[in-house]
Amino acid sequence: MTEALRDDRIELRLAVEEFLYHEAALLDEWRLDDWLELFTPDARYVVPSTDVPDGDGSQTLVLIQDDFQRIGGRVARLKSRRAHREFPSSRTRRMISNIRVLRCVGDEVEVTANFVVYRIRRGVNEYIGRYLYTLVRTDDGFRIRSRRAELDLEALDPHGTVSIIL
Amino acid sequence: MTARSNEAASDGGSRYIDDDRERGVFRVDRATMTSPEVFELEQRQIFDECWLYFGHDSEIAKPGDYVRRIVVGRPLFLVRGSDGSVRCFYNTCPHRGAEVCREERGNAKRFTCFYHAWTFDTSGSLLTMPDEEGYGEGFKETCSLTTVPKLDSYRGFWFISFNHRAEPLHDYLDGAKEYLDLVVDQAEEGMRILPGTNEYAVKANWKLMVENSLDGYHGLPLHQTYFAYVKSLGGGISGTNLVGEGGRELGHGHVVLEGEAPYGRPIARWDHLFGEDSQDEIAAIRARLVDAYGEDRASRMADNFRNLIIFPNLMINDITAITVRYVEPLAANLMRVRAWALAPREETGQRLQRRIDSYLTFIGPGGFASPDDVEALESCQVGFRAHPNVQWSDISRGMTRMPTVIDEVQVRAYWRAWAARMDGRPIPPPVEWPETPIPAHR
Repeated sequence: MTEALRDDRIELRLAVEEFLYHEAALLDEWRLDDWLELFTPDARYVVPSTDVPDGDGSQTLVLIQDDFQRIGGRVARLKSRRAHREFPSSRTRRMISNIRVLRCVGDEVEVTANFVVYRIRRGVNEYIGRYLYTLVRTDDGFRIRSRRAELDLEALDPHGTVSIIL
Repeated sequence: MTARSNEAASDGGSRYIDDDRERGVFRVDRATMTSPEVFELEQRQIFDECWLYFGHDSEIAKPGDYVRRIVVGRPLFLVRGSDGSVRCFYNTCPHRGAEVCREERGNAKRFTCFYHAWTFDTSGSLLTMPDEEGYGEGFKETCSLTTVPKLDSYRGFWFISFNHRAEPLHDYLDGAKEYLDLVVDQAEEGMRILPGTNEYAVKANWKLMVENSLDGYHGLPLHQTYFAYVKSLGGGISGTNLVGEGGRELGHGHVVLEGEAPYGRPIARWDHLFGEDSQDEIAAIRARLVDAYGEDRASRMADNFRNLIIFPNLMINDITAITVRYVEPLAANLMRVRAWALAPREETGQRLQRRIDSYLTFIGPGGFASPDDVEALESCQVGFRAHPNVQWSDISRGMTRMPTVIDEVQVRAYWRAWAARMDGRPIPPPVEWPETPIPAHR
């Protein structure tokens, strides 16, 4: 308990929260180029399957497993006006909470948070789950080395797809 | 001569099909996709009659392994018994009905109903219940779990039927077996289903997903962003062979769309998408296939894609990777899809990674292609609300020529089989091509 109350721990958590809220705002505003700049070149973005939430995409089928290049490809697709599931873009609203710093190792900060991402297009879909991030401290603030969104949903019902960035 | 002049006892299906081979017109009434009466008749004429996919051998590999699924609304579970035999039970306690299998998958020697603790073994026999003296002699023997009427497998794919009189599975699968073999033979040590299921709902009629899986025509327009992505990585193979390939009828309503793949395939067609350092490995895989099957069959296995439909609602798409996709009909305007990746058991490490990447970039609800298919189907279902003012869907493409991979012969074949099943008459034999040799007069 005393650990968590130390000033530097509180400061770190506040900084992490600000970063996550900033990322959420970029995504809700569909500022995808700005969002892409938050990643390191060795970044990974993973969304496991609904039935194997601890799956890693090397042996298990997952929904999304992007390296930096594919994250860029995903952004290009969403901006193209030919990603038909997202044309016109859905409205989204990300609610992020329960943000905790799990550990710091060197310049890396491991973070977890809960999320509900609302996607609104001809109805409201809720994506519910938790994030696991590995953030890197740089001179320009945090960058994302690893971003993992584990869904609590049993299936993409009624959602049908994961067409947005979760 | 249209389908209406058929001497069928019932026209439960053919009343919705305008199959005019003289004029080169094939149209389907959109009521097939919206009508609750049609949906209800499908349950009886199709889903209660045909063989339906349950799962794969690899999902119940060891004695005691079980998988629980709802199939056409019925709660079922598939279990490999202690004796090694596979059985499929209705997941309901014979006492008062509660589900005796309470997890989606697992391993068990016994199934104990959580309501009154009746306990069954993996062959379905009732072993124990609290206070057996409350029942007469021989009562327990009457309380086994009920098995589904039919259960059988082909090359590791397990099918069930609710029809006690269904013909043997091997007969039912007819010409589709050749295509199942082309898929399964790609593996040296057999196929397995990878952990991780794509399970998603689509607000559209289940037959729209079947049509979408059979449709080559939408590839370039709808999936432009996928091909653009592959191109941005320096990849992309263009398909060259269009004439003579395309749709085929396989009997019993099964159909396939086959052609040269305009993309790389883990077995065994290299593309920049896979990275330069995988070229040798993929060449070696291809060489093994040639050794085992000869150049022609190896080329067919490696270079071609195959979108196979096992009537009525199983899709096996052997494309950028292999997906096994089952569509559960929930209502005229709602379906739930379960899809899995099929992979050779011997694939590990980088090879497996390559396959998974190849799968989820295109196939799968988080990729660059399937979300747009879902959008298209849901949009069609919205468009169907204009019925009856806009009554028909057109499926005439390619009637007046030898079919190409972007024509619709296979979609017509599927609908003709659907209509026959709905009418309660035999499925007609395959049609000769072209269906309308004389230039069409519309």
